[in-house]
Amino acid sequence: MEIFQILASALAGGTILLFGMLGGIFTERSGVMNLAIEGYMLLGATIGYKVAAQTGNPWVGLLAGILAAAVLGVLHAFICVTLKADQVVSGLAINFVGTGVSMVLGANLSNLIGKVNLLPTITFPALSNGSAVSEALYILTKQNVLVYIGLIMIPIANWYLFKTRPGMHLRAIGENPEAADSMGVSVNKLRYLYTILGAALAGLGGVSISVAIYPGWFSELTTNGKGWICVGLVIFSQWQPIRGAMGAYFFGLLSRVILNLKIPETLFGGIKNPFFANPNLTFFLEMIPYLFTLIVMIIGANEARRKRIGAPAALGQPYSRGQRGK
Amino acid sequence: MSDDSPFVVEMKKITKKFPGLTANDNVDFHLRKGEIHALLGENGAGKSTLMNILAGLYEPNSGEIYVKGQQVRFRSPRDAIKAGIGMIHQHFMLVPTQTVTENILLGLDEPKFIMNLSKYDEIIRQLGIENNLIVDPTAYIWQLSVGEQQRVEILKMLYRGCDILIMDEPTAVLAPQEIDVLFNTLRSMTEKGKSIIFISHKLNEILEIADRVTVLRRGKVTAADMPIEGVTKEELASLMVGREVIFNIDKSACHAGEPVLIVENVYAENDKGLPALKGVSLQVCAGEIVGIAGVAGNGQRELAEVIAGLRKIQSGSIRSKDLDLTKVPIKKAIEEGIAYIPEDRHHVGTAPNLSVVDNLIMKNYDQCPISKGIGMDEGAARAYAESLKDEYDIIVPSIDTPVRLLSGGNLQRVILARELSNMKSLLIAVQPTRGLDVGAIEGIQRMLLKQRESGGGVLLISEELEELVSLSDRIYVMYEGQIMGEVHDGDIRKIGLMMTGTRLEDIPEEKTEVTEGEKA
Amino acid sequence: MEKQAVIQQKRKGFHFRLQVEERSDEPPKWLSPLLTVLALVVAFAIAGILIALVGGDPIYTYSRMWKAAFGTWFAFSDSLTKAIPLIFCGVACSLAFHMKIWNIGAEGQFFLGAFGASLVVLAPIVPKGSSSWVYIPTMMLSGMIFGALWGFIPGYLKAKLGVNEIISTLMLNYVAVAWNNFFLFGKWSYQGFQMSEKFPKEALLLRLSDIAKKYNIKALQGMALHLGIIFALVTAIIMYFVIYKSKWGYEIKLTGDNPNAAKYAGINIMRNTILVMALSGAIAGLAGASEISGVVKRFQGSISPGYGYTGVIIAWLSKLNPLMTIPVSIFFGGLIIAGREIQPSGIPKMIQGIILVCLISFDFFLHYRIRISRISAFAEE
Repeated sequence: MEIFQILASALAGGTILLFGMLGGIFTERSGVMNLAIEGYMLLGATIGYKVAAQTGNPWVGLLAGILAAAVLGVLHAFICVTLKADQVVSGLAINFVGTGVSMVLGANLSNLIGKVNLLPTITFPALSNGSAVSEALYILTKQNVLVYIGLIMIPIANWYLFKTRPGMHLRAIGENPEAADSMGVSVNKLRYLYTILGAALAGLGGVSISVAIYPGWFSELTTNGKGWICVGLVIFSQWQPIRGAMGAYFFGLLSRVILNLKIPETLFGGIKNPFFANPNLTFFLEMIPYLFTLIVMIIGANEARRKRIGAPAALGQPYSRGQRGK
Repeated sequence: MSDDSPFVVEMKKITKKFPGLTANDNVDFHLRKGEIHALLGENGAGKSTLMNILAGLYEPNSGEIYVKGQQVRFRSPRDAIKAGIGMIHQHFMLVPTQTVTENILLGLDEPKFIMNLSKYDEIIRQLGIENNLIVDPTAYIWQLSVGEQQRVEILKMLYRGCDILIMDEPTAVLAPQEIDVLFNTLRSMTEKGKSIIFISHKLNEILEIADRVTVLRRGKVTAADMPIEGVTKEELASLMVGREVIFNIDKSACHAGEPVLIVENVYAENDKGLPALKGVSLQVCAGEIVGIAGVAGNGQRELAEVIAGLRKIQSGSIRSKDLDLTKVPIKKAIEEGIAYIPEDRHHVGTAPNLSVVDNLIMKNYDQCPISKGIGMDEGAARAYAESLKDEYDIIVPSIDTPVRLLSGGNLQRVILARELSNMKSLLIAVQPTRGLDVGAIEGIQRMLLKQRESGGGVLLISEELEELVSLSDRIYVMYEGQIMGEVHDGDIRKIGLMMTGTRLEDIPEEKTEVTEGEKA
Repeated sequence: MEKQAVIQQKRKGFHFRLQVEERSDEPPKWLSPLLTVLALVVAFAIAGILIALVGGDPIYTYSRMWKAAFGTWFAFSDSLTKAIPLIFCGVACSLAFHMKIWNIGAEGQFFLGAFGASLVVLAPIVPKGSSSWVYIPTMMLSGMIFGALWGFIPGYLKAKLGVNEIISTLMLNYVAVAWNNFFLFGKWSYQGFQMSEKFPKEALLLRLSDIAKKYNIKALQGMALHLGIIFALVTAIIMYFVIYKSKWGYEIKLTGDNPNAAKYAGINIMRNTILVMALSGAIAGLAGASEISGVVKRFQGSISPGYGYTGVIIAWLSKLNPLMTIPVSIFFGGLIIAGREIQPSGIPKMIQGIILVCLISFDFFLHYRIRISRISAFAEE
C-alpha cells in the first residue's frame, strides 16, 4: 500500500507545479514572458493563508490568493505590454515585489500553523471495503479538492488552446501579433488578459500549497523555488499543457520519493540506506529537484534543437501597431 | 474599363503626418468598380501609408474617405474589412504554425467558440476552387510556398466578403511564371466585379496589368487617375522620380582575373533543418561582378551565409585563393579582406543601440591602429569613423548616435563603409539596394562597379532582375538550392525559365540566335 | 518615429490628444539620472503607502531607517560593510547583463565563494599557523575559483546546449545552499552547532576596529568595516575598464546588443558566454570569500540576506556601470542595516522590489515621448 501512498502524494505535490506551469503556458503563449511565477505563488500562498485564517473560510482565502496574484499580474502586464519594458527584468522585479510584499504581510502568519481551516479533502469511503484493489484506489483518490480541479484543468487547457476560437487567437498573438492585429484581434488587450490569467493560475498554485496540500506559512520556504521549477517546466513542456502536466506530476513523484528515501533503515533488497546511516547526506537529496530541473532543461533544449521546436515566435517582444521601416 | 463605372473608393485630401515627415500631403485617390488601379511610386513615396489608411491601419490627420458613396471612418482593419476593403501586405500576415483554415478564420465572429475545422476546411476548399486559388486548407502555412501563401492571403479577404483588394507589391516575391498566374487570377477577379489596387514600383508590370494609374512622389500626387493606354514607361518613370532616369549603367568591359572564390559542390541546411543547398558550385574571379538570380527562398541567403562562414556546410568546399573558408574562423576571413553585406541590415548587419563608431569598427576593432594591447584606442576609432563618415556621406548628428535612429539609406551606408573599407579580394552583397530610394541605389551600384574596376570580385545576390542584369558580368540562377545554369548575356527569358526550375540545357532555343560569348 | 497610440479625451468642449510616440532622437543627457531619482522617490512613496496600509507610520519608519543606516559614523560603517558584498554582486551582474546573459545566480556563487574561502581554513589547504599573507590571498582565490565554477556550469550549458541561464543559475542557487549545509552539518560542525569553529585571526580581513586597537584611535573603536571594501572598489574600477575600454568589453557589448552582428564580426560567442559567466561567478564568489573572512569569521549558514538577488537590482539601478554600483550599493547596504531595526522585517525587501519596478517603468520615458496637444475639430467628426 505504501506505493499508492507515494503515488497519491506525488499527485498532490505535482498539482502545485501544474497550476504554476499552466499559468506560465497561457501567459507565454500570448507572447509575454512569465518569469514571475515564484512571486505570484508566494503572494497567493500568503494572502490565501492570511485571509483563510482571518475569515475562517478557506474558500474565501482561495479567492483572495488568486486575486492578489492577479493584481500583481496586472502590474507585470502594464510594464510589459503598455510600457514595453524588458520582460525578463519585469519578471524579476515582480518576483521581488511578490516576495517582499509577502514577507511584510505574512509577518505573524507562522504562528497560526494548525489553526487554519483548510480546503476539503475528497474521499470515497465506499472504496474502503477491505479488498486490496479498492483499498489502493481509496488511498489514491483521497485527495484535496484542488488535486481534482487540477486534473480536470489539464484537458480543458489543452482543448481551449487547440480547439477553440479564443485559443486559436491566443496562439496567433504569440506567433504573429501583426497578423492577428490585422484581422482585428486586439493583441494587447488579450496579452493583458492572459498575463493576468497566468498570474491567477500561479496564485492558485500558491494557495494550493498553504491552504491545501502543504498547509502553513513558512516565509520564503513556503514556495522554496517551486515557482522557478514551474518556469523550467514551461520550457520543458514546449508550451503544451499535457506534456507539461506529465512533467509536473513526475516532479511530484520525485520529491515524494526523496522524502521517503530518508526514512527506512534498509532499501530494496536489504541494502543499507546511506541516508539513514548518515542523515547529513540528505542535503544531497534536497538538491535533486533542482538538479533534475537542470536535467529537464537540458533534455528540453536538446529536443527543441533537434526538432526545431521553438518558443512562441513573438515571445518577449512588445507589440505596437504600424512599425514602419522594418 | 469605361470612365463611367461608379467609384467604389474616393479618398479626398488625405494628409498623414509622422513625426518629422509628411507621408501623405493632400492626396486624392479614386478607384472604379471592376478596375485594376496601379499606385506607383518609389520607396517612401507614401503609397503604403495611403493604403494603410484605406485598410484601417492608420488614421489620417485630415481628409475624407468614401466607400461606395458612403463616408467612412476606419479605426481598425476590422472596420475596413467590414466595408469590403482587404489589404494583402507585402510581408504576409500569416501565422506559420497554424493551418490555412485557421489563418483564414482568424479574428472572425464565426465560429463562435468551438472550432469545427473540418467543416470550414471544406468551405475554404470550395472557395479556392471557385476563384482559381488552389491551396490545401489543412496544410500549415510554414509548409507552403510563397505563391501559395499569397493565395491564402487573397482567400482570407474573399472569405470575408471583400470586393476591394489592395495588393502591396504582390510580385516582389514571385518568379516570372508565378507572376503570370497571379495576373490571370487578378483579371478573372475583376471580371467578377472585384476592384483591385495594385501597389508597385515596377513599370513593366503596371503597363501590363493596370487599367489606370495614380503616381505618388514624396507624399504628393503627380498623376491622378491616369488611363494606362498610351502611356510610356519613360513618362511613368519621370512622374515617379521627377527627373529622367538612366536605365542603363555605364560599365566598362570586364577584365576577369584569377578566381577569388571557388565554391564546389556545397550542401547545407536552412534554419528549419531542411536541405537548402544541394550541390552548389560556382566561381567568382577578380574584376567581375557575378550575379545570383532566383526567387526569394531558393537558397540564396544560405549560400551567402556559408561563404561568409555564418552557416555550417555539410559537404563540399569553399575556397578563396589559398584559404579554405569552411575551416578557418570568420575572423581569419575578415582579416583576409572578404567583405559581406548581409540582407538583413537590422538583425545581422548592425547593433542598433551601439553608436555609429562602434558599428563602423565592428570588423577591425582588433586590428591596428584601433587595437592597443587588450584595450582599444578610442581616439583612433573615432578618427577612423569620422573619415568613413565623410567618405561615404553618412548623415548623422554625431558619430555617437545609436544607429537605430538612422534612416535606411544611412544605415546601409554605414554597412557599406565598414565592409568596403575592409575589402581586399571579395565582396558578397545580398540585396544591397533593397528598400532604398533611387539616389541611394545609384550611389551603391556605382560603388559596386568601382570595386569591380579596382580588381575585386563581387558576388551580387539580388531579387531585382533589372539590377542584376545591368550590373553583372555573369549570372547564375538558383532554384531549390541548385544552380540551374549560367548566362553571360542577361537573357531574361532564360533566367525566368531557370528561376522556375528549368535547367539551362533543357531550354529550347528561340527563333533569334542568342549572341553567346564573353564580353571580355 | 511612429505613433504608438492615440487616446482622445473630451473635456468641457476641449479636445485633447494624448499621444505616445517613440523618440526619434537621443534623449537629453540629464533625463536618465533624473528618471532614476524620480523612480526612487515614487518607489518610496508607494512603499510608504503600503506601510501605512499595514498599520505602520511611513514617515516614522523612514526616519528610523535613515538613522539606523546613516545616522551615526558607526551606522555608516555598518552600511559600508554591507555594501561590500553588494558591490561585488552588482558588478558581477552588470558584467553578465552587458552581454544580455541573465545571471541570477550571484547568490549561489556567493555561497560557493564562502565555501571556497572556508575550505582553505577548514580542510585545511593552508597549514595552520600560516601568516595572513598566505591565508588571505589563498582564501580569496579559492572563493573566486568556486564562484567561477558555479558560473561556469550555467555558462557552459547555455553556450553548448542552449539551456536557459535564468533557470539554471537559479536552480544552482538552491543547490549551493544545500551543498553548504552538508558541510556545515556534516563535516565542519563545531560542537554540534550549526557553525564551524572560529577562524584563526590570520585568516580574517583587517577591520577598522583592529586598527583602532593597534593605534588606540577612539573614533574607530568597534567599527566593523573591513579590508574587503578596498577589494570591492578595486574590482569595480577594474571592471569599469574591462567593460568600457577593452576589446573584450566591446565584444561583450556587441554580443549583448545583437548576437547575430557579433557572430558576423567574427566574435566567438560561445567562448565569451562561458568566460563572462565564469568571471561573473568569480566576482560573486569573491563577495562570499570577503564576507566570510571579514564579517562572519567562521563558516556558517544564513550568511546572506539575498546579496546575490539585490545585486540584480543594483546592476540595473547603476545602468550596468560598475563605478555606479559603488554609491548604489552603499544605499542598499543602508537599507539592509535599516531592515534590522524595523518591523515587519520584510519591508526592505519589498522596497527593493518596488524600486526595481519603478525603475523599469520610468525607463519608458527614455524611449517614448508623450505629447498632449489640443486638436482641431477637423479631425473629429
